[in-house]
Amino acid sequence: MNQFQYVRPSKPKAAIDARAKDQNSQFIAGGTNLLDLMKRGVMNPERLIDISRLPLDKLERENNTFRIGSMALNATVADDKQVLEKLPLLAQALNAGASAQLRNMATIGGNMLQRTRCPYFYDTALPCNKREPGSGCGALEGYNRMHAIFGFSDKCIAVHPSDMSVALVALDATVLVSGPKGDRRIPFGELHRLPGDMPQKDTTLEPGELITAVEVPEGPFTKNVHYLKVRERASYAFALVSVAAALQLENNIIKDARLAMGGVAHKPWRLTEAEKSLVGKPATEATFQAAAAIAMQGAKAFKHNAYKLKLGPNAIVQALKNATNVA
Amino acid sequence: MADSTPDSKPENPECGHNATRRQFLKQSSVLTALAFTPGPVVQAAAAEWDEKIAAPFEKVGLKLAVNGKNYKLSVEPRVTLLDLLREQLHLTGTKKGCDYGQCGACTVHVDGKRVNSCLALAVMQDGREITTIEGLAKGDDLHPMQEAFIKHDGFQCGYCTPGQIMSAVACIREGKADSEGEIREFMSGNICRCGAYPNIVAAIQEVKTGGQKV
Repeated sequence: MNQFQYVRPSKPKAAIDARAKDQNSQFIAGGTNLLDLMKRGVMNPERLIDISRLPLDKLERENNTFRIGSMALNATVADDKQVLEKLPLLAQALNAGASAQLRNMATIGGNMLQRTRCPYFYDTALPCNKREPGSGCGALEGYNRMHAIFGFSDKCIAVHPSDMSVALVALDATVLVSGPKGDRRIPFGELHRLPGDMPQKDTTLEPGELITAVEVPEGPFTKNVHYLKVRERASYAFALVSVAAALQLENNIIKDARLAMGGVAHKPWRLTEAEKSLVGKPATEATFQAAAAIAMQGAKAFKHNAYKLKLGPNAIVQALKNATNVA
Repeated sequence: MADSTPDSKPENPECGHNATRRQFLKQSSVLTALAFTPGPVVQAAAAEWDEKIAAPFEKVGLKLAVNGKNYKLSVEPRVTLLDLLREQLHLTGTKKGCDYGQCGACTVHVDGKRVNSCLALAVMQDGREITTIEGLAKGDDLHPMQEAFIKHDGFQCGYCTPGQIMSAVACIREGKADSEGEIREFMSGNICRCGAYPNIVAAIQEVKTGGQKV
């Protein structure tokens, strides 16, 4: 690992100042992804700004909204009784990610900012526009079985790796940010961006902006929810495809629906049209199949990930069945 | 590398082995800076982030309690908790497997929580309590989980075992060991390439159902 300077400001404002002043600096909180990337030489910050002890770890609930501090640990939120009761989809998604050890280290803010696990991004000997803009995309014509089927560009076909983010986009969360120009709120669906011509930019955050919290409305999705993660072993692996499904049922008729996918795009992929198709229909496999077909419209595979075109809709149907106990 | 001085004052940073002129100059500037600042870089930065003071520092002071023993240490910021434990404190029970947070061999407890020590910077653990595999037994009396691993043959080559045991103890303390399925899920961060998983699960289940205090 390259040498770096280490500072630990005691106030968010000092941390933001330090970050804004120095382009070669990075915030560090849990460090579970950043240190991994630094050891491999993928990221080489000259200064780390330790934000892990900033007073941003509270979990509050008021006006039917959860406000989760960005420094709250993944495990703390996943085990919180109120989260389990009111936001079970979020708890399931958190527990689907990483391992018990990593969930004890990783923060909520860090989880949403983790980088792609595309092997070309990780291997500094290979081309990657995200790591080194202009060097090319190794995955485009390379080994691309983990890669995107939606929203990619010819510059980058990597996918966003977070499970938690898939649940948060489905639940209409809002990201609270403080920066050199003040505070702002970002709808979760607008935090991550598609690669386009600038795959080096994962999010819409401005330089120096610090995520302070995420707000999640309670909503009616307390019972019929399921986070389905398909991976190559039973636990502790990144998703090939994942689905966050949440339904509000009345006499088996769907009153409201939320659906999002992970492992398919450069950002957590909300399926708004498929959601609309579910509303007003009975919770049956036929309804779910129709929604899955809508969800997959526009999907396009590469040489090694065509299986996702079949796994995707199957996972959507299975997640909806699990959420509703339809056999 | 840095110096470890259990239960004593930090050593003079000039006294390292293989000191070069460059190191000496840098360390001198550290001492000069120390002369007009109250404490290490952490405190300087905490009070009011000031680049001029923080810039020359290469080593940072930190206090840790490891297995009940207090240490005052001085480390480069890039030293991981794992390397600090193994290379400076010579607590080599904690293993370096992958060094990327993928195998769990480096699992230790920080303030009671299990973590991957390979992905934790030592400097970020300032003031915390660390428990390693060496801190689990009470003298010659093995921890119940250690006994159970022996009884159930919960290992073959043994390299992952310290991490498995630290994780297993935490798994029970967290209340995530109520069924075989739950144990397998919440132990998934510890890889055993010998494949001793059925025996590891059996050991955890015995300790859990035995009701001993872990």
